[in-house]
Amino acid sequence: MTTEQRTIRVLIAKPGLDGHDRGAKVVARALRDAGMEVIYTGIRQTPEMIAEAALQEDVQVVGLSILSGAHLELFPRVIAELKQRGVDDVLLFCGGIIPEADVPAIQAMGFAGVFGPGTDTGVIIEFVREHAKERA
Amino acid sequence: MDAAELVARVAAGERRALARAITHVEADSATGRAVLAGLYPRTGRAHTIGVTGSAGVGKSTLVAALAREQRRRGRSVGIVAVDPSSPFSHGAILGDRIRMQDLTADAGVFMRSMASRGNLGGLAETASGVVDVFDAAGYDAVIVETVGAGQDEVEVATATESTVLVSTPAGGDDVQSMKAGLMEIAQVMVVNKADLAGVETTVMQLRGLLAIAPPRGWQPPIVKTVARTNEGIGELVDALDKHRAYLRGSTHAEVERRELARAQIIALARAALYREALATAAHEGVLAGLVEEVATRRRDPRAAAQALLAAVWRHRSGAHEA
Repeated sequence: MTTEQRTIRVLIAKPGLDGHDRGAKVVARALRDAGMEVIYTGIRQTPEMIAEAALQEDVQVVGLSILSGAHLELFPRVIAELKQRGVDDVLLFCGGIIPEADVPAIQAMGFAGVFGPGTDTGVIIEFVREHAKERA
Repeated sequence: MDAAELVARVAAGERRALARAITHVEADSATGRAVLAGLYPRTGRAHTIGVTGSAGVGKSTLVAALAREQRRRGRSVGIVAVDPSSPFSHGAILGDRIRMQDLTADAGVFMRSMASRGNLGGLAETASGVVDVFDAAGYDAVIVETVGAGQDEVEVATATESTVLVSTPAGGDDVQSMKAGLMEIAQVMVVNKADLAGVETTVMQLRGLLAIAPPRGWQPPIVKTVARTNEGIGELVDALDKHRAYLRGSTHAEVERRELARAQIIALARAALYREALATAAHEGVLAGLVEEVATRRRDPRAAAQALLAAVWRHRSGAHEA
């Protein structure tokens, strides 16, 4: 009966050990203000916890924030854990301190968006709106 | 996945299907309704528990502790944590998982965050649907956490068998300002943060309120807890188990079960009517005309409400089953 578009649900998570989540919270708030439902899981998440949260919350989008420099080690593990749970249709993006040189590798892993410090939150909102996949 | 496939997979305990089924129920889609219809015969086994109370009383921490204790007793646990949507953007930040980190790693726990989505009356409808999905999926205990701020939350209490009302020793204002409706739906009273000063005063105030409440077959116990350190959590689960035994075992149980069913049907019918009225008002521009008439005092608001209802009935009889 409802023909309304599905509400966009986004998981914002911080893998690894950095204890600073200012950026993640700014993005979470911006997406909320854009009308999305944002599940925020806090700091120090293992890849297993992130994938399990994505599954249970049935989000269309997963955004990872990382400052520690461990992105090349942790991101593939998050993706592996998602795949293992059959969560293979989510939109992935990331942000934080990610050197330019690593961006191609991260895109090759399946991240459709890589947003560095100083990115206008409007750009991220547009990105999520445009790419969030409609699912049956 | 279509409805029949979702029903089969949820019944088989597939977690991804469970997550997707909840999404459909939450969206109140045609698939969601079909899934609920298919799953309903499998419900009725879980102990369904509501946890409500004002913001800041420690509900999330209490729910996490409650879930851990249920796990210790060998039971699987489904959790639904409801947070308000922003009335402006309709978005929400759902942060209850932060206090339930360790539970994420436990395969016997499935936690789902839910935004209230601001649809009056519909929250109870949605929550009871999600509880049914967890129940049908075989979870032994299903816990629903809501902010006990308004009428919505009183109705959410109809979605569960046992309602826990949480307060704190914070000056007793909490207890004083508790809504009468909330007091009456609670089967267990919890005074959380019981390591703070003033806990005995709060307990006494609660006793006083219970003493003047109409007599019931079940007398709500008052449990003191410190959720952060797990203190009193075993006692809380004991109290809940006792209430469950009371519900399932006593001669009174059948009456209460019927009362719950009655409240659910009425809440669902009201939510459905409300939605239809809104849809009619929007689609035919009926509301704009009525607003104009009332604002200029050409028609009184009650007559306008009747006119809107008449339009709903007309719309209904003209519409085909979608």
